[in-house]
Amino acid sequence: MARDDATNDAGRRDGRNLPYLLVLPGIAFLFVFFVVPLITLFKISLSTKPDRLRPEYDFTWDWGNFSAAFTDFGSQLVRAFVYAALATVLCALIAYPVAYFIAFKAGRYRNVLLGLVMLPFFTSFLLRTIAWQSLLADAGPVLSTAKAFKLGGLLEALQITQNGRLINTQLAVVGGLTYNFLPFMLLPIYVSLEKIDVRLVDAAADLYSPFGRTFRRVVLPLSMPGVFAGTLLTFIPATGDFINAELLGNPISRRVIGNAVRTQFLNQNDYPAAAAISFVLMAIITALVVVYAKFLGTEDLA
Amino acid sequence: MKRRPLATWLLYLVTFFGFAYLFVPLITIAVFTFNKPKGRFNTAWQSFTLDNWRHAFQASDYLTAFGKSIQVALIACTIATILGGLMALAISRYKMKGGPALDLLLVLPLTTPEIVMGASLFTLFFNQSVRRGFWTIVIAHTLFCVSFVALTVKARLRGLDWSLEDAAADLGSPPLRTFRKITFPMIVPGISAAFMLSLALSIDDYIITSFVAGNTSTFPREVFDSSKITIPPQVHVIATLIMLIAVVTIVATTVAGLRREARLKG
Repeated sequence: MARDDATNDAGRRDGRNLPYLLVLPGIAFLFVFFVVPLITLFKISLSTKPDRLRPEYDFTWDWGNFSAAFTDFGSQLVRAFVYAALATVLCALIAYPVAYFIAFKAGRYRNVLLGLVMLPFFTSFLLRTIAWQSLLADAGPVLSTAKAFKLGGLLEALQITQNGRLINTQLAVVGGLTYNFLPFMLLPIYVSLEKIDVRLVDAAADLYSPFGRTFRRVVLPLSMPGVFAGTLLTFIPATGDFINAELLGNPISRRVIGNAVRTQFLNQNDYPAAAAISFVLMAIITALVVVYAKFLGTEDLA
Repeated sequence: MKRRPLATWLLYLVTFFGFAYLFVPLITIAVFTFNKPKGRFNTAWQSFTLDNWRHAFQASDYLTAFGKSIQVALIACTIATILGGLMALAISRYKMKGGPALDLLLVLPLTTPEIVMGASLFTLFFNQSVRRGFWTIVIAHTLFCVSFVALTVKARLRGLDWSLEDAAADLGSPPLRTFRKITFPMIVPGISAAFMLSLALSIDDYIITSFVAGNTSTFPREVFDSSKITIPPQVHVIATLIMLIAVVTIVATTVAGLRREARLKG
């Protein structure tokens, strides 16, 4: 007995460093390829470019790139955030009922439906966006159906179409973003709904709480972590996305912040300007996330 | 008789609309595999043909790029799953100093827009004069998968009964055997789910890849960069084939699950 305790203690002592050994490779990787590059990028955002035609730059504590980012790319920033915010709200409005249905009403078909929600992940998102191009095209199925029912005027009046077109509108961009990020909103909401103890809902019903109130007071608060995670997983990538704007938008709506960063980096070779825009984008996102987290209060992302 | 409230009908309606929204583009892709395109774009319906399926593997650039995507995904996700899985295991199994800082380090890559991550990696490789290509893509993909794997596995590991490990140790099992027989089987479902999802993320990534790829083409790059020049219908065939494999897998696992359930009950 005594010997056993001794070996156990020895085991514990050897094991004390084990967790740190386990996380070390991951931390090292994240440090080298995430933290260091971000610091480098920040340094570049404070640099100046002596020669307009060459990519080289000098570190000069030049904060001018940041003010330039706002003055030169302000409209791109606003556009990106408006598109992303609209898409996030639409995603939540669609994803919540679907997740609720799968969690509480689907019964034995729950896993099939979950699998179907994940099915878009198995198709290239570019091809899916290109499919929207076909669907929304001028001679595409949506518009020709609308025309067959003589709904063209109504669509125009509701500003769903612009000059009789669905494709290359701002709405198409928002619709594309909503489509692309819907599963990312849906899955976290489903996970948090599924964890809810049904007995709580039954208990509320037993105590004569009408369904609406049970939902507001029991189900919705308990599923908030999922809504929170889903919002972040949708909103953050959507702000930086330029694929939907590029494939579904018009020349104006194409000009979102993600495209600005990309062009400055890969076509203009203006790294300081691009780096400053990136940090402005990140700063705004972080600020919004902090405010949002204050309101919805949850420390858990996963 | 119980009257269905309006809310229930609304729920069914939105659910139906949600699934339709998710599937209409997928169906469109499948339908367009039978299209005989006029010109270089397979985006407007012309007439029915089976040629695309007959000559499915003729779009060789796309096939090469797809092969590259698979290679990148397998290597990157294996590394990411090992690194991220170990971190998740350490965080959820042991009390550690600096836990909150570690959590922050894991969450940050997920809350960084892809475009910023791509840009920062680009500057790193540019400053160190690293030639961008296959391995820089692997590094970038590993990066965005590590956090994803770590957080997914962490969420799955919460609530597992770690005292089983102590029980094995008390019964004289050496640590390695405890890991093989107890710990590993407990964590394997979470880890394999995270691996599969990170594979999907990696194969589909365009934005970060476009910053670090150099001249190497992955499938999304090939599709996007040539989407303004040409989209051969074979691309739709490749995509539909992958989708079919996914559907068959989902159906098969579900049927197997239902059978197992029935057997356990019966």
